[in-house]
Amino acid sequence: MSDGVKLLGKVEAINWNRIQDEKDVEVWNRLTNNFWLPEKVPVSNDVQSWGTLTEEEKLLTMRVFTGLTLLDTIQGTVGAVALIPDAITPHEEAVYTNIAFMESVHAKSYSSIFSTLASTKEIDDAFRWSVENEYLQKKAQIVMSYYHGDDPLKKKVASTLLESFLFYSGFYLPMYWSSHAKLTNTADMIRLIIRDEAVHGYYIGYKYQRGLETVPADRQAELKDYTYDLLYELYENEVQYTHSLYDGVGLAEDVKKFLHYNANKALMNLGYEAMFPSTVTNVNPAILSALSPNADENHDFFSGSGSSYVIGKAVNTEDEDWDF
Amino acid sequence: MSVDTSSAALAPEGERLVSHARLVYFSSVSENTKRFIDKLGRDAQRIPLHRSEPELACASDYVLVVPTYGGEKGEHAIPPQVLRFLRDPENREHLQGVIGAGNTNFGTNYNLAAHKIAKKLGVPVLYLFELMGTPEDVARVNQGLDEFWTLRSQSRP
Repeated sequence: MSDGVKLLGKVEAINWNRIQDEKDVEVWNRLTNNFWLPEKVPVSNDVQSWGTLTEEEKLLTMRVFTGLTLLDTIQGTVGAVALIPDAITPHEEAVYTNIAFMESVHAKSYSSIFSTLASTKEIDDAFRWSVENEYLQKKAQIVMSYYHGDDPLKKKVASTLLESFLFYSGFYLPMYWSSHAKLTNTADMIRLIIRDEAVHGYYIGYKYQRGLETVPADRQAELKDYTYDLLYELYENEVQYTHSLYDGVGLAEDVKKFLHYNANKALMNLGYEAMFPSTVTNVNPAILSALSPNADENHDFFSGSGSSYVIGKAVNTEDEDWDF
Repeated sequence: MSVDTSSAALAPEGERLVSHARLVYFSSVSENTKRFIDKLGRDAQRIPLHRSEPELACASDYVLVVPTYGGEKGEHAIPPQVLRFLRDPENREHLQGVIGAGNTNFGTNYNLAAHKIAKKLGVPVLYLFELMGTPEDVARVNQGLDEFWTLRSQSRP
């Protein structure tokens, strides 16, 4: 690809002993601690479960994962790389190279699922579908147009919306299967991807806010309008994409709640207020529970119904966190 | 706009900043938690980010708002600044409840710091929210804290 992504004109040796922004180190450590490869997850244990899906359900799953592969490919080869020339610190550049690489790992992990569960013809058909689906192609085009633009802050907005919003029409499905005790190993792998995307969205959103602080008020207002406009444009397309995928299995309305919920989180990663009211973000508790086992329990002690605190399953108070 | 320089925080006493705020919070430089606190509009005291700042000493009962950090297996979930703050026995003594800030994307580690602190110190987790909180979260927590402190004051002679 010859257009768009500029290379840095000048590079100095990166000194990790002189840090301008502690968030760069924190996120670098977080990302490298989280490093994983698809070979670690025993997806082959899902072969029997895959056999219990109907042909329509299999087709849907293949298409959803191919759509996610496209987004990860964009983010790995263009999106995260496009942020490098705008980085303020050398350590920020390094974090983007980590993000770019992990997105390529994510993209490859779907192929690992495919090769385990599907035939070559099914795989080829799914990739052909991804080229032909107008809504999937449109979302790719919208995001790519900003990545090839020359506005550093708008690139970060587009990137955060991809990381924190555009993936979720796809992420819904493995969480749905997991909540029905199907494709549970595949879901474990997707959870690793979901965790990574949260760190990516948080970091790029944080860097956006740092950049926003340095521009005048009228430019800040323009960027805020741009963010909500772009989110709305992407949202309208996501709704159509969702219907094109999920209408056949009757899940589209449930998926849309998950979209609203994640759109709010994408906005918050950029420092903006949630847009969708709680009446349309009431995600199916089974989906939320598949995402985070503790999230659907009653944590509202204030309501009076929760008479004591709830302990998460992973709680271990005996680790090195405590020495008093 | 900031509640950082709250009236409840008195002048530094040597290396310590004595606080009577009913709400104490930790927020990293990303300031998600601080945004939530600002939206509450309540008197609140921030736990210092850097060792160069005076340490916080709570002289009155308070509720702690804490985000979760850390990597795989939930290690280092509690920000080190919060651990340092809780090493002070008086700060632990005055802790009445915990509110957690997190992100469900982190799965089993969602709001782990709040759960760990609550379990270790025998206080309730009062509420959990994500990132900087929605307007509904803000309303719920404000109402909840009002009721919580009213009940506390009534149950004590």
